[in-house]
Amino acid sequence: MDPIHQFQIKNLLTFGHIGGQEIAFTNSALFMLIALAVIAALTIGATASRALVPGRMQSVVEMSYEFVADTLRSTAGSEGMKFFPLVFSLFMFILVVNMIGLIPYTFTVTSHIIITASLALLVFLTVIVYGFAKHGLHFFKLFVPSGVPIYILPLVTFIEVLSFLSRPISHSVRLFANMLAGHITLKVFGGFVVMLGGLGFLGSLGAILPLGMTVALTALELLVAFLQAYVFAILTCIYINDAIHPGH
Amino acid sequence: MADKDRADDARKKGGRDQPSAEEAALSARLRDLGERLGRHHPDRPSDSEPRPTADPSAIARGFRLSAELVAGVLVGAGIGLLLDRWLGTSPLGMIVFLLLGFAAGVLNVMRVAGVVQPNRLDPPDKRQ
Repeated sequence: MDPIHQFQIKNLLTFGHIGGQEIAFTNSALFMLIALAVIAALTIGATASRALVPGRMQSVVEMSYEFVADTLRSTAGSEGMKFFPLVFSLFMFILVVNMIGLIPYTFTVTSHIIITASLALLVFLTVIVYGFAKHGLHFFKLFVPSGVPIYILPLVTFIEVLSFLSRPISHSVRLFANMLAGHITLKVFGGFVVMLGGLGFLGSLGAILPLGMTVALTALELLVAFLQAYVFAILTCIYINDAIHPGH
Repeated sequence: MADKDRADDARKKGGRDQPSAEEAALSARLRDLGERLGRHHPDRPSDSEPRPTADPSAIARGFRLSAELVAGVLVGAGIGLLLDRWLGTSPLGMIVFLLLGFAAGVLNVMRVAGVVQPNRLDPPDKRQ
């Protein structure tokens, strides 16, 4: 009953070695591909009929589109809609990957910090590149708050820079830590059920408590899986808003 | 009389149950003002005004709060450690940057909580 065992990366198919590093198709990559297939089947398959009155699956897709579009529009304005493909892809990917991870015997891709960190860095670099491309050196003004006395300005600017640099860390650690902790907790309580169940009649009676806990935690994890995808998406919107709106 | 007309108008338009005619009149005037402002700035439609911290969900905000402080401290500690290693100033860099990182973390938390206005590229007095 090792609660960490579920996060192990296994090589399914080894392609070769580059510079002493093994290049392999892992279970993580497999579940990313599965998530991709689910999203593609959902978005392409369900909208293939292009019905004016949407069916069940088509309205799921339309609802997720509306949800992300509304979030982006209300946070970054209509100008932010040019980043819609990025935000929608991130939201759907994280949501589907989290949801698949809740099914027993599957692998949770977002429970590895390297995945969430690369997603967060993608957003971070997008903001920097777009900010500099659009505003040039004017983008540095993001770090210089107005109305601050000159003798304290260097300190405040430095704190602003640190605050900016901490964005990808909080962005990635939040998602990773929530998924990791949630899955470990589920596994531990599930382990309690099995251990108590092996202790005869009284043990089985006692096993009802952790079983109820597991059921409740599964519901909570379902909420967390959605909320983390939502938080990731809305933070992406907020950071993009910083890059595109100089006048607000 | 005009106010009363507007209030009636707002009640018809609003659809939702309004508590009093006064508030309805106020919201009608607000919408009127918003429309006029929208006409003034055709490139900036009044209903899609970007809001810096638009959080419809309070739980989402709670999740955000929990990680921001830690991230600031981590960044400060990381920079302090690297500077100490490169410049051999141990433990000065660590002390200074850990404190600065803590300040940045507190700033992050206050921004998420909405206590401090998020930074914008232009000073607030230039805003319309």
